[in-house]
Amino acid sequence: MQLDAKIPSGALEQKWNNHCFELKLVNPANKRKFHIIVVGTGLAGSSASASLAELGYQVSTFCIQDSPRRAHSIAAQGGINAAKNYQNDGDSIFRLFYDTIKGGDFRAREANVYRLAQLSTNIIDHCVAQGIPFAREYGGQLANRSFGGAQVSRTFYARGQTGQQLLLGAYSALSRQIAANKVTFYSRRELLDIVLINGQARGIVVRNLVTGHIESYAADAVVLATGGYVNIFYLSTNAMACNVTATYRAYKRGALFANPCFTQIHPTCIPVHGTYQSKLTLMSESLRNDGRVWVPKNPNDNRTPDQIPEAERDYFLERKYPAFGNLVPRDVASRSAKQMCDQGYGVGSTKLAVYLDFEDAIKRDGKSAIEKKYGNLFQMYEKITGVDPYENPMMIYPAPHYSMGGLWVDYNLMSTIDGLFVLGEANFSDHGANRLGASALMQGLADGYFVIPYTIGGYLASTSIQKLSNEHPCFKDAEKQSSDMINALISINGKRTAFDFHRQLGRILWDACGMAREEKRMETAQHQIAELKDEFYKNLCIPGSPSTFNQSLEKAMRVADFLDFAQLMLEDAITRKESCGCHLNEAYQTPENEPLRDDEHFCHVAAWEYTGENTSPKRHIEPLSFENVKLSQRSYK
Amino acid sequence: MNTINLFLKIWRQPGPNMQGNFEIYEAKDISTEMSFLEMIDVVNEQLTLNGKEPIAFDHDCREGICGMCGAMVNGYAHGQEKGTTLCQLHMRHFSDHDTIVIEPWRARAFPIIKDLVVDRSAFDRIIQSGGYISVNTGGAPDANSILIDQRAVESAMDAAACIGCGACVAACPNASAMLFMSAKVSHLALLPQGRPEAAKRVIAMLNQMNTLGFGNCSNEAECEAACPKSISITHIARMNREFFKASFFSDEK
Repeated sequence: MQLDAKIPSGALEQKWNNHCFELKLVNPANKRKFHIIVVGTGLAGSSASASLAELGYQVSTFCIQDSPRRAHSIAAQGGINAAKNYQNDGDSIFRLFYDTIKGGDFRAREANVYRLAQLSTNIIDHCVAQGIPFAREYGGQLANRSFGGAQVSRTFYARGQTGQQLLLGAYSALSRQIAANKVTFYSRRELLDIVLINGQARGIVVRNLVTGHIESYAADAVVLATGGYVNIFYLSTNAMACNVTATYRAYKRGALFANPCFTQIHPTCIPVHGTYQSKLTLMSESLRNDGRVWVPKNPNDNRTPDQIPEAERDYFLERKYPAFGNLVPRDVASRSAKQMCDQGYGVGSTKLAVYLDFEDAIKRDGKSAIEKKYGNLFQMYEKITGVDPYENPMMIYPAPHYSMGGLWVDYNLMSTIDGLFVLGEANFSDHGANRLGASALMQGLADGYFVIPYTIGGYLASTSIQKLSNEHPCFKDAEKQSSDMINALISINGKRTAFDFHRQLGRILWDACGMAREEKRMETAQHQIAELKDEFYKNLCIPGSPSTFNQSLEKAMRVADFLDFAQLMLEDAITRKESCGCHLNEAYQTPENEPLRDDEHFCHVAAWEYTGENTSPKRHIEPLSFENVKLSQRSYK
Repeated sequence: MNTINLFLKIWRQPGPNMQGNFEIYEAKDISTEMSFLEMIDVVNEQLTLNGKEPIAFDHDCREGICGMCGAMVNGYAHGQEKGTTLCQLHMRHFSDHDTIVIEPWRARAFPIIKDLVVDRSAFDRIIQSGGYISVNTGGAPDANSILIDQRAVESAMDAAACIGCGACVAACPNASAMLFMSAKVSHLALLPQGRPEAAKRVIAMLNQMNTLGFGNCSNEAECEAACPKSISITHIARMNREFFKASFFSDEK
């Protein structure tokens, strides 16, 4: 298979504009004849649904929760980047593009990232018009703050709830279209399959989570905006419902999966404290604007932080990376924290934590200024830990947070299946091997508001699509396959819960394929996971009936796909014999333990093709070429 | 690490419009570091292994922002801690041998789906009736071309922090959705972008609320006390002012 990213010709700055002109248009009267399915209502899914409906398409939108407003984009805290240069500090579209490419350790496509940077400014304009209450200066202008991997202040924010406010903006736009009958909305539906007819994505199979019914829906094109998969690690910052099922089922139907091993471990999360724990909570990266990260200079120091004098503290990020200090990119900060803990400098009862200290900032700016910037984050920290972060430094440790990998898409955001578009975290396109903070919100909204409305039109206008309904035998076949799979799981009747399998899978994967990776460990993990999968299909216990509201069954189906997908992640990590961004293979490091890329052999996207249940997936390559930036060793010193 | 033993008196109902009842379960060796939902996870694992159906409950982000979780705990929405969602309520606030009574939100507009799970789609329908600014994608002016008083934005943000969990309705003796609705009306009314539709919005949303089976406001202030985001009832007052303005001085009906 030859992967064609369909990157438009011309100068970098002109590619998107030229492409928009060259894409065929669907005339306004014809738009209402096309029916588009959108799965997921996070930033990408809600904004796409609303924008497509505004254009006149018939849209059907599906979400897993009870309301579109609950998608996990809502939990994004810190902010959204835009190259507005409102601060007069030297920002530009090119600089945002450059920071993102460099932050991703040169494993993303230039053309996509440039488009993202260009569209970033439109997003802020649109969101302000929607009434998003972004933070303001006294004069009424928008305020900014800094995020990791950048030396300019370009992050727009609404307290520590930026994701919530942006999502509610997209949700309100979607609600307006639902009220106008342009969008038909289905809640509590989980995607189980994509239906292909003549090689085109023509619909979906879902499970109605309230009634347990298997339902199918037909359309002229399908848009997946189903988010990321780092819940595979069991403990992550993702919401409980986040899963790989939608993208994995699309992969099984022929969509290539790109860079599955690129998973981001976020440096500032509340540390793990017990085996019963169900999730990890993120503390926004924005805290690193004012918080200083440190550990005691002496290993195994058991004194409380207030007893450790200044001279005996090691502000290791400031020491190692003087230019960026506490604002190095996430992968760098996470690895440094892990290294310090591995060497015995960790703090707290588990010794798997470092301090994030606001003492200096509170002295400098006053408690009320800090409260205004981060009040809700401090409150959240106190609720969870019972410790007051105004008085004591926070304790933090890295946790799985985001998947840069995802379904392979071309410049139009179309997967290798015709008519199947993939947006937001579910695709792989913009963040390379490491995503910079405040860029996920930007990408989700760029894809949904400003890219898909153009590119899907180009597809619909230039493709012959036969009229059909979900009475077509392919839909009935797919429905039956999904029912059979559910019945097979229910009838195992074993003695172990899906939660318990998931917990074990997570532990194996975190040790072998987390922040630091090593080939032998990963191969061992492959065997362990294969054994775990065997046991899963012999000893799984799902109480209750499949034809009712059954959360145990939902969980089991997601874990079943995680068990398969874990093998793909490991395979990808083992094959990429270099280190880049978040993928640190211990065999490939610089003397300072930074990731050592191998541009000669691995300057490409690895995209995996499903070849069957018992055969190895096939690896395809999309070479990456850099014409506008120079490939270099990342340095944040 | 401290552990406690508890009794849970919890509402079980197999499906919509079916008979439900309280059942009592023991929750043993519960770490006080656990969240309330993690405690239910532990009980559910036990129930499952004993061949019983686990307790159905809605939850997702488990960090207090998605608004998916919620239940009455000893008669308080999300439990007795101030400004806390159920997922952020921690077991350190309970004592050994406590009996905890857990019920779903009870309101006509929120029918029970199963156990603690209720249908809150009525909230979505309220938003659909006008909780937005009518602006299509594309063509917005530069973001800084609209200057907004910082204080107005901060007040708008106070209201916009609503997570749509439904605690206000569950806590209200009238099962009114006034706090939820006023949070949206107030957020948009405080911003210049929201003014053109302010009259239309408040009338449409109030009309919609009245058709969905929610009660009216009688100034009990229970909603504010229960709100996990501490949204103030002053927003209800602002909504009322918006409503009077709209009724007297606009052509909206």
